Amino acid sequence: MKRVKRLIPEILLVLVALFFLSPIYIIIVNSFKDRQSLYENVLALPDSFSFQYYVDAMDKMNFMSALGNSLYITILSVIIIVVLSSMTAWMLARTDNVLSRVIFMGFIATMLIPFQTIMMPLIQSMNTIMSTTGIPMLNTREGLIFMHVGFNSAISVFLYHGFIKSIPISLEEAATIDGASKFGIFWRIIFPILKPITVTVLIINVISIWNDYLLPSLVLTDKGLRTIPLSTFYFFGEFTIQWNLAMAGLMLTIIPIVIFYATAQRHIIKGIGEGAVK
Amino acid sequence: MAKSKNWGWYALFVLPLLLIFVTVVIVPFLIGIFYSFFDWDGIRANPMVFVGIENYLKLLDDARFIDSAWITIKFTILAVISVNIVGLTFALLVTSKLRTANLARTFVFMPYLIGGLLLGYIWQFVFTDVFAMVGEITGFDSIFFNWLMHPDYALYALVIVFTWQMAGYIMIIYIAGIQSIPGEVIEASKIDGANLWQRIRKIVFPLLMPSFTISLFLTLSFAFKIYDTNLSLTGGGPANATELFAMNIYNEIFGYANYGYGQAKAIIFFLIIAIISLTQVYMTKKREVQM
Repeated sequence: MKRVKRLIPEILLVLVALFFLSPIYIIIVNSFKDRQSLYENVLALPDSFSFQYYVDAMDKMNFMSALGNSLYITILSVIIIVVLSSMTAWMLARTDNVLSRVIFMGFIATMLIPFQTIMMPLIQSMNTIMSTTGIPMLNTREGLIFMHVGFNSAISVFLYHGFIKSIPISLEEAATIDGASKFGIFWRIIFPILKPITVTVLIINVISIWNDYLLPSLVLTDKGLRTIPLSTFYFFGEFTIQWNLAMAGLMLTIIPIVIFYATAQRHIIKGIGEGAVK
Repeated sequence: MAKSKNWGWYALFVLPLLLIFVTVVIVPFLIGIFYSFFDWDGIRANPMVFVGIENYLKLLDDARFIDSAWITIKFTILAVISVNIVGLTFALLVTSKLRTANLARTFVFMPYLIGGLLLGYIWQFVFTDVFAMVGEITGFDSIFFNWLMHPDYALYALVIVFTWQMAGYIMIIYIAGIQSIPGEVIEASKIDGANLWQRIRKIVFPLLMPSFTISLFLTLSFAFKIYDTNLSLTGGGPANATELFAMNIYNEIFGYANYGYGQAKAIIFFLIIAIISLTQVYMTKKREVQM
């Protein structure tokens, strides 16, 4: 009797959590159904598992190309952000003068600016850079990466800066006496110590860049350059009525996220918590 | 000699990121203020006409903008309440000693990772077809109908999707707060005979105040800035009934090609966000001093 009494809240909690994810269930079951059985009962399990709609959706969304673009843009942006913002944060934290404080405050203050406030002038000034210097800032993946780095630098520098302040300076001083260069000190001694906060910075940036829709929609116009959120948007513009196809398309876009979550779940939850509280 | 060498290192470490940051954030922000005093249709060949603060004055008479502001405020209030109640409830549930707590935490956090655009599309199907069907089968068609076609219910739908997305995120913040409460305090109150509700109300809630402040302001600024989910779930409809602030700005600039006027809205948007965030910083600082 006592064991049953203990089991009830356990089961209830699982049921609540499962109910919470029920929209995902609805997407999964309907991605396998044909139109008729979809409208007979949207909640029922499919009669047969046909991957036909996945194949169709993959083709119509240009999914493999979008996946490639998203991976390329996210990975490259995040690597550049980690390298540049850790270096910047270390130098700012370890050089205590007015210039460092002004630069650091500049980074922090801009965290208040919502994207909608700069989107239009951003595109205008990228246009100006393009027409005066010839550097292709717009409609290239590299131009988008450049902008992602700019937008995510403030939070990344902020997180690194806070962590570096908590590391004792004596280590670096010993290395300086040994004659190591600043570059050597940073990459051989400091960067390895930064690993926990690097994981946090990585995760926060991967999530925000992977899911970003508005910036890529303004920068990329070629069909072949579309990221996953962009191709989803255009896919829905064209195929809203065919829900089974749309469901399969949505499942395709969720799969990479589920894989990411499954492999790094503990780090993700910890990283998000740290990023939010600071 | 040593000094100039140090400056060289300083430049090498700081300048690359600083240059990108200035190009992408600072310069556009300043140009944006400048644009907001002009009348312009976004076409480079056409002239920009200086109109002073006229764009800002025009905002006061713009019925669609005022409507949009009110809907945004309504949405934000509902969303903040709903996200925090659901997030805190789950945080309390998963920090209890249940063995299935980890599984529940994993599930609840998951929607946050999916991204606002996809979430909107997932729920579009739920609110249109699933709701209509459930209404037909059960007969409760006063609750289960296509919410996205109804001006008020479409906004509630947006609140539900936003809650679904953010509850897991806010839950993580509350979990951190709950776990920092010393176990002895709870044990002592149990010995003194406090029941579960008394323990939550008299011990857990007061000690959770810092997490509460953070969560409140985070949801406040996220809700106020919502765009992606708005776009994919309702697209601002039916008949502009759910066109929130961010979408109104986007449509004004890129939809109606009122670049100067739209940019004035964008500056006002920034000022409101800045006030919300600075209030949060102030409140958090003040509390830290007290503790």
